[in-house]
Amino acid sequence: MDWMAWTWPTAAFFATIAVLLVTFTVLAIRYPETPRTGILRIETTRGDRLFITLLGSAFINLAWLGLIDAPQPWAMGVCLLYAAAVFRWV
Amino acid sequence: MDKTTNQKAWFLVLPVLVLVAFSAVIPLMTVVNYSVQDTFGNNVFFWAGLEWFEQALSSDRLWAAFGRQIMFSAIILTIQIPLGIFVALNMPKKGFWASFCLVVMALPLLIPFNVVGTIWQIFGRVDIGLLGHTLDAMGIDYNYTNDVLDAWITVIVMDVWHWTSLVALLAYAGLQSIPEAYYQAAKIDQASRWKVFRYIELPKMQGVLLIAILLRFMDSFMIYTEPFVVTGGGPGNATTFLSIDLVKMAIGQFDLGPAAAFSIMYFLVILLVSWVFYTVMTNLDKREGF
Repeated sequence: MDWMAWTWPTAAFFATIAVLLVTFTVLAIRYPETPRTGILRIETTRGDRLFITLLGSAFINLAWLGLIDAPQPWAMGVCLLYAAAVFRWV
Repeated sequence: MDKTTNQKAWFLVLPVLVLVAFSAVIPLMTVVNYSVQDTFGNNVFFWAGLEWFEQALSSDRLWAAFGRQIMFSAIILTIQIPLGIFVALNMPKKGFWASFCLVVMALPLLIPFNVVGTIWQIFGRVDIGLLGHTLDAMGIDYNYTNDVLDAWITVIVMDVWHWTSLVALLAYAGLQSIPEAYYQAAKIDQASRWKVFRYIELPKMQGVLLIAILLRFMDSFMIYTEPFVVTGGGPGNATTFLSIDLVKMAIGQFDLGPAAAFSIMYFLVILLVSWVFYTVMTNLDKREGF
């Protein structure tokens, strides 16, 4: 695994995503997903909303890094708010 | 009767997942690892944090390449989509000539990218190329190696030549699937040619056209080989698109960290656009009940 140049932060990053994926898979098996239509007027399942959350969070972090002169961890706070909004309204 | 759902068939997808893991997921993870580190070779890495991302976001060079890339994709789509539809509308519907046209249209698609680049690189040369020499003989000052506009025109015409057939073939397939009854009904209503196109052909082609736009956008957004072979990104940096710049950075300068940060952002943009297209497409399908 040396050639992959692992670091603890990146390992934690991928572990979080892996845990999220496994959790949502288990959830989908336990409580089958029913698609619904939210404010984007597209049908989304729980998995779709997770994808929208993760992709959006990546852009929020980049925007924070490029535009706002504040510590990066605060961006994660915005991401959590964004995630809550996505799961509630999208 | 209740239908039993059984998701075990998903296990049949496992071999593909393993393949994708090796060909895409693991390399992508490595890129993420590179993007937060610096290296001077020998597989020795130093932690750099978010420095490369910050540097990339404030780099004029990358934003310029991004701007050129957007402009290239926009020009390509504005030319190829209408032109492809136009060609499809004028292709014979059946008989010998229909097959003949299909084969001729498919030819450019079969040529490897670097060969397309070489063809146009020679074709445009003023000393030995048919196009370059003819233009020169006509008194037109054309030289794609030192004129920015000429380089852009060459790269765009080359892409149009290479890929318009794909749009035309997709649009043609969409047109062929329209039942004759629609045209008969339009005839009874004395619909004009434009109205037949606007209210019958275009809506029926919507699905395939979206696929065409998605494919052309992604391909043109990731274009590398053809402009690299023809102009090498020049003159200056005039035709240095994102992937050409990326390769220069990663392999030319061996700046693995910055290049990795840059490619992650590149990947995110493509992922976002693909997702938007995919969502629009599947929602259209559901609404129309295709």
